[in-house]
Amino acid sequence: MPRRIDPEGATLSFTFEGRRIEARAGDSVAAALTAAGIRDLRDSAVSGQPRGIFCMMGACFDCLVEIDGQPNRQACMIPVTEGLTVRRQRGAAEVHP
Amino acid sequence: MTQQTIPFADLVVIGAGPAGMAAATEAAKAGLSVTLLDEAPAPGGQIYRGIETAGPRRLQILGPDYAEGRSLADSFRASGATYLAGALVWNIGTDRVIDYSHQGVSHQLRAGAIIAATGALERPMPIPGWTLPGVTTVGALQILLKGSGVVAEDAVLVGSGPLLWLLAAQMVDAGCPPRAVVENLPRGRTRAALPHLLRALRARSYLAKGLALMRKVKAAGVPIHRHASGLAVEGADAARALVFAVGGRTQRIETTSIALHQGVVPNQQVTRLMLADHRWDAGQHCFRPVLDAHGQTSVPGLYVAGDGAGIGGARAAALQGRLVALSITGGDPARIVRLRAALARDAAIRPFLEALYAPAPEVLAPADDTIICRCEEVTAGTIRATVDLGAPGPNQVKSMLRTGMGPCQGRVCGLAVAGIIAARKGEDPQVTDYYRIRPPLKPIPLAELAGFAPGIAAE
Amino acid sequence: MTAALHSGRSADLLVVGGGIHGCSAALHAALRGMSVIVLEKDSVGRHASGVNAGGVRRLGRHYAEVPISQHSMQIWYGIADFLDDDCGFQIAPQIKVAETEAELASLAARAADLRAMGFDHEVMLDQAELRRLLPAVADHALGGLAALRDGFAQPYRTTFAFQRKAAALGVRFHEGCPATAVRRDAGWIVTTPQGDFRAPRLLNAAGAWGGRLAGMLGEPAPVEAIAPMMLVTNRLPHFCDAVVGATGRPLSFKQMPNGTVVIGGGRRGRADAASNLSEILFPELRLTAQTAAELFPVMRGAQIIRSWSGVEARMPDDIPVIGASARHEGLFHAFGFSAHGFQMGPGVGEIMAGLIATGGTNAPLAPFSIARFAA
Repeated sequence: MPRRIDPEGATLSFTFEGRRIEARAGDSVAAALTAAGIRDLRDSAVSGQPRGIFCMMGACFDCLVEIDGQPNRQACMIPVTEGLTVRRQRGAAEVHP
Repeated sequence: MTQQTIPFADLVVIGAGPAGMAAATEAAKAGLSVTLLDEAPAPGGQIYRGIETAGPRRLQILGPDYAEGRSLADSFRASGATYLAGALVWNIGTDRVIDYSHQGVSHQLRAGAIIAATGALERPMPIPGWTLPGVTTVGALQILLKGSGVVAEDAVLVGSGPLLWLLAAQMVDAGCPPRAVVENLPRGRTRAALPHLLRALRARSYLAKGLALMRKVKAAGVPIHRHASGLAVEGADAARALVFAVGGRTQRIETTSIALHQGVVPNQQVTRLMLADHRWDAGQHCFRPVLDAHGQTSVPGLYVAGDGAGIGGARAAALQGRLVALSITGGDPARIVRLRAALARDAAIRPFLEALYAPAPEVLAPADDTIICRCEEVTAGTIRATVDLGAPGPNQVKSMLRTGMGPCQGRVCGLAVAGIIAARKGEDPQVTDYYRIRPPLKPIPLAELAGFAPGIAAE
Repeated sequence: MTAALHSGRSADLLVVGGGIHGCSAALHAALRGMSVIVLEKDSVGRHASGVNAGGVRRLGRHYAEVPISQHSMQIWYGIADFLDDDCGFQIAPQIKVAETEAELASLAARAADLRAMGFDHEVMLDQAELRRLLPAVADHALGGLAALRDGFAQPYRTTFAFQRKAAALGVRFHEGCPATAVRRDAGWIVTTPQGDFRAPRLLNAAGAWGGRLAGMLGEPAPVEAIAPMMLVTNRLPHFCDAVVGATGRPLSFKQMPNGTVVIGGGRRGRADAASNLSEILFPELRLTAQTAAELFPVMRGAQIIRSWSGVEARMPDDIPVIGASARHEGLFHAFGFSAHGFQMGPGVGEIMAGLIATGGTNAPLAPFSIARFAA
């Protein structure tokens, strides 16, 4: 389980798969999920195998999640804002017109 | 498309790492209109990520080299350069018109000159199981530390290179030492690097720092396994353990966090997109753009500074950023001479590091069933079979197998795929060449392209 | 004429151009027992043959092309057995959607014309039939014209398969080998950086560079280099089985078996045949994205992963040059397919090989003669 090294900081919260996640101001969605011990963020669109964060710098596109109904968002590039609804991405994400 | 309505900047800098910040600062001070576009929400790039917000605890753990980034960021903020954070450059035309996305809307900006300061990527280190959740790069763990103060508790750091030891030492200082360091270099590397030691002494502060990092990790009691081979990650739905062999004995370390590293390589996406010439650098085992004395590529008006030009590290990147900006603005020749001398001193360490930390043969020749292209899940064996069929290079393999056609656009697999093809054909990687990079540089929503209104700039 | 009579630099037939037309003609010529050398200036399938949208389409063709396209379709249906590679070919409906009553009427008129010519592969769809075939199509679509047994394939893979099959039959490919000069001296002599190549017969299958080669032979043809642009999305859940075009505006749209959607259809980027390069112009390509989103509202949530284009030949009348030279014996042309040559590759190759081997053909090639451009 990852640990936070900073003493207290301003906290925010959002949900992942309906579960409430605590984040610190400045966290990316991926960092907050990692800090909460969540490793499995999506299924591969090719094989269905689970994937999680890999590069954390926007290059690998492995941390794709659905954020507020929008699929294919890079969790490592999106700062947490209060009240986000984040979901695991399953396979080829549903498209929402 | 009325080109008159496209906003213009004398210089557009892409990337807010040390090279980009330094270049933008110098050029703005010289009176040029400068716009810096960067995808991240705050300046610093990866090396100085979180530099403006890191508190005292994080600064203490990350050390004085990291803290140096603060003055760069402060000068950049004060320079008068226009700074667009959260701006994703997704295409650049031959007319130097840049298409970028900002807050969900795409815009155009015409540049008199462009400096690509897009830095480095971690070299692909394909091993069995590397797609499992819980396997990351070493860089990813350091970004968690820099950006959020998050440290994994039982991480195993695997591979080689200065960054691996730096992160291990930082984790020790954070009170969360790694569970183990597993280095995959073959025996004989120290001897191979020795001939470069004398020159490296010109940059001896790097040597001293490197040795201090290793001492710190050892002193903290972190198990260090050297000369490991046969690396593989075990796990069904997530990483459970790392297995490897040392001296013929197989070992297994249970962990939920495995971080891979095999050095860093230039990020070629922008320079390849713009069809600049690249050369294979046998010392660094990567491609780098061909640059003239001013840092200009074969494409007029396109310059490169920082690790994107060839790996030199953060300090060299800032020096290069200044030099390229001074070349463009026609800066003080005496200052240019001083900066070049400083850059040469700094670079003295590189041949030593390159010989010591050249990628392990195993990483360059992954087993047939190892996934190479993570996006499309294409294995090394499939790539080799397609070469055997007669596919001449990376672009034909890409057409056949979709390697590099996923959302990462080959950022992760590109060098590995090119290397496997070159090895299979027994040819120089320069001949094998690399993927053609197609726009958009990163995926953009179709609706955003449909609504693309050229010529309207972000305010 | 056995291969033994020829050194490595001479053959019965020289083909200039390693696209699908050159490779297909070489293969068919080899099947007729000829020795063949293919000279390709870059690599096989590097340009239009490797980077087109992959539509295997009879639908909507110029009337003059319909018989050849029909013939080619028969080869496509057996392509996996023919080339020992399925080429990613799948039979699928090709549908042209009508967005206005006027468009619907024009499609109906076309279907009637074709029936009068004796072809029944294009059929009208009313709104209900269209919706049954394309459940995701926008509400304003009124109907369409369909060729239900057309399809699509993977362009590079197909061209590469033609090359491999031809090579297996003894065709020699020289890549990175541009033809810099051509002369006649008891047969054709083509000069390249790899030396001179000789044959009594020469096929110009040089695509966007075919006009230059024809010009060297004193038979100019006004080839324009164009760069059709395409884009492809991320993998989406399956929603479309057909290859779709619009009637009143450029569009070609299909969802691949892997879920990605390839969108193209005619918007053009910047092409430069001299430098081999093409460039995407997004202010133009955005119109393609707009059209796709309007015809398939589900696409608004898609992401564009990549765009591409390649250098392609266009003739002023938008139909290719196919047939014997009007000027020289032993010279043949198959180029200028004007962005719709992929489907015709298998059939035109067979026709050309027959024409080259026997001197005659039953195929109706008159409309495609290079003589139409003679001053």
